Amino acid sequence: MKKLMLSSVLGVAALAIAGSASSAATLDDVKAKGFVQCGVSQGLPGFSNPDADGNWSGLDVDFCRAVAAAIFGDGDAVKFTPLSAKERFTALQSGETDLLSRNTTWTMSRDTQLGLNFAGVNYYDGQGFMIRTEMGINSALELSGASICTNTGTTTELNVADYFRANNMEYELVAFEKADEVVAAYDAGRCDVYTTDASGLYAQRLKLTNPGEHKVLPEIISKEPLGPVVRQGDDQWFNIVKWVHIATVNAEELGITSANVDEMMGGDNPSVKRLLGVEGEFGAGIGLENDWAAKVIKAVGNYGEIFDRNVGPDTPLGIARGVNALWTKGGLMYGPPIR
Amino acid sequence: MVTTPSTNDIAFVRRDMLPQQSAPASSKGIVAWLRESLFSSIPYTILTLFCIYVLYVIIPPIVSFLITNAVWSGTDRAVCATQVQGGTQPDGWFGACWAYVGDYANQFIYGRYPDEEQWRVNIVGLMFFGGLAPLLIPSAPFKRENILFMTIVFPIATLILLTGGHFSVGGLYVPLAIITVLGLVLAFMFAKLSDSDPIPRVRAVAIFFAALFVLLFILGFDFGLEEVETEVWGGLLVTLVIAVTGIAASLPLGIALALGRRSALPIVRFFSIVFIEFWRGVPLITVLFMSSVMLPLFLPEGVTFDKLLRALIGVALFSSAYMAEVVRGGLQALPKGQYEGAMALGLNWGQMMRMIILPQALKLVIPGIVNTFIGLFKDTTLVLIIGLFDFLGQIQSSFSDPTWSSPVQAMSGYAFAALTYWVFCFAMSRYSMFMERKLDTGHKR
Amino acid sequence: MAVSEAPPSGPQSADTGAPKVALLNNPEIRGWLFQIILAVLIAYLALQGWMNMNANLQAAGIASGWAFMGNNAGFAISQSLIEYSQASSTYGRVYIVGLLNTIAVAFVGIILATIIGFIVGVARLSKNWLVSRLATVYVESLRNVPLLLQIFIWYFGVLRLLPQPRDGFDFGPLGLLNNRGYFAPKPVWGEGAGYAFYAFIIGCVVAWAIGRWAYRRQMQTGQTFPSFLVGLGIIVFLPLVVFLAMGAPLTWDIPEMGGFRPRGGMTIIPEYIAMLVALSTYTASFIAEIVRAGILAVNRGQTEAANALGLRSGPTLRLVIVPQAMRIIIPPLTSQYLNLTKNSSLAVAIAYPELTSVFAGTALNQTGQAVEIILLTMLTYLAISLLTSLFMNWYNNRVALVER
Repeated sequence: MKKLMLSSVLGVAALAIAGSASSAATLDDVKAKGFVQCGVSQGLPGFSNPDADGNWSGLDVDFCRAVAAAIFGDGDAVKFTPLSAKERFTALQSGETDLLSRNTTWTMSRDTQLGLNFAGVNYYDGQGFMIRTEMGINSALELSGASICTNTGTTTELNVADYFRANNMEYELVAFEKADEVVAAYDAGRCDVYTTDASGLYAQRLKLTNPGEHKVLPEIISKEPLGPVVRQGDDQWFNIVKWVHIATVNAEELGITSANVDEMMGGDNPSVKRLLGVEGEFGAGIGLENDWAAKVIKAVGNYGEIFDRNVGPDTPLGIARGVNALWTKGGLMYGPPIR
Repeated sequence: MVTTPSTNDIAFVRRDMLPQQSAPASSKGIVAWLRESLFSSIPYTILTLFCIYVLYVIIPPIVSFLITNAVWSGTDRAVCATQVQGGTQPDGWFGACWAYVGDYANQFIYGRYPDEEQWRVNIVGLMFFGGLAPLLIPSAPFKRENILFMTIVFPIATLILLTGGHFSVGGLYVPLAIITVLGLVLAFMFAKLSDSDPIPRVRAVAIFFAALFVLLFILGFDFGLEEVETEVWGGLLVTLVIAVTGIAASLPLGIALALGRRSALPIVRFFSIVFIEFWRGVPLITVLFMSSVMLPLFLPEGVTFDKLLRALIGVALFSSAYMAEVVRGGLQALPKGQYEGAMALGLNWGQMMRMIILPQALKLVIPGIVNTFIGLFKDTTLVLIIGLFDFLGQIQSSFSDPTWSSPVQAMSGYAFAALTYWVFCFAMSRYSMFMERKLDTGHKR
Repeated sequence: MAVSEAPPSGPQSADTGAPKVALLNNPEIRGWLFQIILAVLIAYLALQGWMNMNANLQAAGIASGWAFMGNNAGFAISQSLIEYSQASSTYGRVYIVGLLNTIAVAFVGIILATIIGFIVGVARLSKNWLVSRLATVYVESLRNVPLLLQIFIWYFGVLRLLPQPRDGFDFGPLGLLNNRGYFAPKPVWGEGAGYAFYAFIIGCVVAWAIGRWAYRRQMQTGQTFPSFLVGLGIIVFLPLVVFLAMGAPLTWDIPEMGGFRPRGGMTIIPEYIAMLVALSTYTASFIAEIVRAGILAVNRGQTEAANALGLRSGPTLRLVIVPQAMRIIIPPLTSQYLNLTKNSSLAVAIAYPELTSVFAGTALNQTGQAVEIILLTMLTYLAISLLTSLFMNWYNNRVALVER
């Protein structure tokens, strides 16, 4: 009897240790615990991928670091929670993570029905198809009757259904729980086609036995705006996450890089001065210090730097800027002004 | 015989024994054994030849893959791929890539646990096996001290060593103090109401809560260890943590449920049966799904659980139902006289269970507990589906490393995993059989 | 407990209504007190969880309820035993498709596992050294390796060895085998085939009747009748004769190589094959042990007595040993069947579209209705488990009655 009591009391104590009560203000919570808890993928090269020593890198990871830098001035004040596609929203809703930066597509139902807010788009993506080069196929319209491997629980599964239906084509869908299993099955020849976001295709291709034998078809069949997600109902936190992204985009537009940020602070351009906190009180509006954006740029660089470092042409992924270029260069990256 | 001719010459009586002859060649030695056990009849012969053929088909490829064709050293995929695939091996080569397994061995054991902190895991491992071995050997001395070590010191030390300790427990002292006062008052009142001396009861409760305060202090104490989050745990470490915690948590819970199921109190029995049958009726993977996507919704706003802890809760609840049935088997195996004898001595229910029934019943079900543990150990692989990196999950996640990617990589990893699991489970099942024989006293026909 | 001066409490003093005994020392009252506290505690926890859930769902703006079951699912499923179209089928339909796929793999798996398990179990007891050793190796190697790992090995290991559809194996009329699965010929029943089916049913009934009659005659007169062979003959030949008389109204839809994969015929997807093989061989290793233990548990005297009666070894096994062993075998066999059914949920790892995979997987991800979907999935497995154990208990009781 006593043993029983002991174990139950211990259990309650364990609950209390594990659980950390939080108030409504995420920023206060984050400041109190000293780091940002960021939900990322379980391993997608270029976006969020741990190396053999457990260090995370990637575009989504750098966004988490940027938010941490804005708050603490330290891009390492962040902890990562790897999440499956299935868990990601629950983890955010329940407060397990403060921020979800996990190549998540912004859709209306997710934005409005799950109690979440999308804070912007940090990568414009679209769904594509990868096939073996030896099959001699050049267009997705030749894929009628093909077997298609993909992940469950993603928008890709629905997009591919719509696309094949619209074009009156037959297909067999093989949907796996984990991305690694999709790659393994495609690599083993279970499917003719591997479909996911085009960025993902380039990333996962690195994991194939012979990456050179596979190619990505030109068709992009969907819009996949990927971006960071926060819980609904905390506007201050929402604003911080939103403006951290905008700051990186504006910094690129204004030519501020991690290398020249100190130099630029002393310059004359009023837009630069406002962004870097030399002029104005813009940090106060989101509960941060005025040089928040300068800290972000120092820690992770501007959007262009983040892109080139993780997925750009000089990385194994080798993705061109395309629609992710600045609006001044024909892309879609357009940051509202800071004033 | 020759020297004593007598009248009746024709009679012949042998006076001394002939020397013993060896058995005919066909009924002894290797020939007889072959005949007896392999070729005793025509159907048997056919069966034997068929088995030999099966062995001939199966064994050489396995040996060639695992040993003769295997690659034992190297630094990247080139050594484990054929020339067509961009490697150095000749065409048609098919062998295990042990070089890759060796390169990843550290990760398979510790996951991404930081290198400079891995000594902590090693200490825990030493304590575990060092404490367990004498417990498992029936003749080893100091059982009592050992059990105390394994049930009190070891779990706390492990918790602190693995996570780094220094938990934020500051907010718990006040609620615990309130509960302590309440507990003391209740104990006093209970004793008064039942006409017994309040002092021993109150003292027991006081000691209990004092122990809790000490525990809380230790958990909150800063030992100067660096914090290691459970996210970076992986490999064999996570497999063992889940399996051992699962079994350790399920044992008291299982005993309580088993007693509840055999209790005379209708409400207790009802809840126990529903609990046991529910968890036994659903697959573990749905339990894990529940703990990963549904459990967070049942907690108050803002309270969150570590992912590993959530899986642990699911595993513990699941295995406690199985444990309850194992313990119930032990309780039922005890003759009724034990219960009646205990009651005749005037023991109350708690004393009867603690001093008479459970010690005997638990000893009887040791093999059952070990078997449950084997099942749990194998079932821990399921946590990879919810994204934890156990031993198998860690191996699987290493497949995506381009440095070693080759057609034989997955097969090598799986073969290594299978061999490792096999060694663990086989050893445990042998132990369970040994205990079964040892405990099976006097029931043999 | 040290009792200072209170008189020893016992049932007698309670019976006589002596007021000295404190209320709390009455075991009955203690019991009820304990139970009430327990019930209140459980009810409190359940209520708390329920309220938390509602609060969380409301805060997150998630609609709860079962309305989503009627919504259009919109995704494809690679194997479906009933009509399913991604264009118009609902989540309710997805649930049924998943459930049927679970049953499809569990049912066939149970049959295969039983057959393999009995063969291996008997083989372990064989006097042939090689056979018993091989059976031991089979049992020890399969049951000591996690099932999930075995599924991966069967799926990813064996799949890699199979060729692409273009260079796949072509068994001619027996179908095609490649890494898209096994493409079997599909029977297309013509007009009149139904009569052959009716003939089959009639044959079964007649065979059963003959068996009954032969049994009763043997009980009364001791004369035996080869009812098994005769019954089998009737079951096989009656439909065959009818079938031929109707002009053999059956054609086969034989699969042919198409653009990406074979067209026509019946497709058995590799995920199904991998699941089936892994589940049945794994469970068979446990069943083999159960069978062995069951046979060993039958007293040697039974065999000796049967031999003394002049029974040969075949009838000894069939009439004496097995019926007694079955009594011991059936309860653990039931739990193995249940394990196999529950283990079929591991298909989620290799994309075989059963209940856990399509419903608790894909449908959950699409709708976000975690509570409803997980609960329904768990309750479904629970129902399957309870139904199976009910059936096996009923069968067990029958076997036990026959024995006594």
